[in-house]
Amino acid sequence: MFPALLICLALAVGSVVVGVYAERKVSAFIQDRLGPMEVGPYGSLQLIADLLKLLQKEDIVPKLADRRLFLAAPLLIFTAIFAGYSVLPLSPDWQGSGASEGVYFLLAIVSFDILGLLMAGWASNNKYSLIGAMRAVAQIISYEIPLGLSVLCVVMLSQSLNLQEISYQQGIHAAELNYLFGLKGLGIDVSEVGGFLTWNLVRMPLFFIAFLIFFITSLAECNRAPFDMSEAESELVGGFHTEYSGYRWALLFLSEYAMMLLVSILGAVLFLGSWNTPLPNLGPLRLADWTSGQPGTFYGNLTGIFWILLKAAALIFVQMWVRWTYPRLRVDQLMHLCWKVLTPAALILVLLTGVWRLLMV
Amino acid sequence: MNVNYIWYFLTFLTLVSAIMVVVVRNPIHSVLYLILTFFCISAHYVLLNAQFLAAVNVIVYAGAIMVLFLFVIMFLNLREYTAESKTNLVKLGAAVLGGVLLVIIVAALRSMQIEPLNKATYNSQVGMVESLGKVLFRDYLLPFELITVLFFVAMVGAVMLGKRETGERNF
Repeated sequence: MFPALLICLALAVGSVVVGVYAERKVSAFIQDRLGPMEVGPYGSLQLIADLLKLLQKEDIVPKLADRRLFLAAPLLIFTAIFAGYSVLPLSPDWQGSGASEGVYFLLAIVSFDILGLLMAGWASNNKYSLIGAMRAVAQIISYEIPLGLSVLCVVMLSQSLNLQEISYQQGIHAAELNYLFGLKGLGIDVSEVGGFLTWNLVRMPLFFIAFLIFFITSLAECNRAPFDMSEAESELVGGFHTEYSGYRWALLFLSEYAMMLLVSILGAVLFLGSWNTPLPNLGPLRLADWTSGQPGTFYGNLTGIFWILLKAAALIFVQMWVRWTYPRLRVDQLMHLCWKVLTPAALILVLLTGVWRLLMV
Repeated sequence: MNVNYIWYFLTFLTLVSAIMVVVVRNPIHSVLYLILTFFCISAHYVLLNAQFLAAVNVIVYAGAIMVLFLFVIMFLNLREYTAESKTNLVKLGAAVLGGVLLVIIVAALRSMQIEPLNKATYNSQVGMVESLGKVLFRDYLLPFELITVLFFVAMVGAVMLGKRETGERNF
């Protein structure tokens, strides 16, 4: 339990260090420029310089702001998101809490971040902040519905809310037999083959759509482009964090990157085989056995955390790619996408998953 | 750590935040204290090993309903608003009503027979989602389905109210 806490804290802080640098480099690559180049080799120390500057800055509180709420809001936002890490399985043994209602708890506790956004926006006593907070909250509450439904699909398939149990089912260490595409009727047993063939995405091929829904809604939950109307620079200055400066602003930034990492790890756990290796055992070529150790051994934990972080990093890269290539949505388009496209599609998928589950047993 | 200490701390926090809901003047702070109260109650559920109920309580009350409360109050722009002083009659009525409610609750709790815990037959998994699902979909299937119909009716009503009328612009 304790190593998991330290790892998660290091991950959350590390994600902002690596994330900001990667974001600036990726955006530079997409826009055909160089990005940060001055500080350190290839600008790799740019973020250290930025952080030093941020920490030295004065922590300004506007005169007419609601002082206590203004000061508490960034802390609440970060606490809510960091609490979500407590149930994520990082390897076969490293998980903060083995709560049997893991994924449900995660969705519940992360929703407290809305509260922090509202507090920050309202306490700033600034119309841009208030409008930004309003947009952010309306968007997050709406997108929680398709998000919850796409998670429900996975929960129905794996018959468990415990993220560690969902992880175990998607690899060579599964307690039950895994058939190709999850269909028992096909009669092709892939439990020993493992690799990507036992991922949830392959166990139920229609999960490709569920994964898309999950990814889109997770972008909206993070307030990332193309869903970043809450901080649309051209209309709202900075959205709900317009008035923040110094280390509180840094904390808000840290929360944003921690949230990106959180939803990416969650996506990897639910759909992309969690900490299981993507390489299958092919006859005498025991790729899956070689690249994933037994649970309980140090090698097993090491490979587990390597694979899950690799998958999460790939998802974060796609998030950045989307951010720098898609224009921002309008409010009505946003609501149309959520309520008239994603929610009905997710509802149909829940039904189809139920049918698929019947074919699996 | 001793669970009792956690319980005392949580109960203290719950009571203090519940009192603050009434005492605080600013309506926004009042709602925030109410959310804290709900959160502490959820923590109590966790202590009772009813994790599912705790998560539901957080999602439904603290997450959705209270955020809507907060949303509405924030946009009413109550910053300059000061509550008009209540007349003595209203104060007296509120005190009498509150007192009667307190007496009823105390009386109900006193007459309740709580069986002592039998460690041999007690099932610690009773609050988990699995046993809850079995009870809900086996013993209480009909009430459960009736509630879903009720929700459905409410949803259809909301859609009807929000429906675009002829000639109205869509943004």
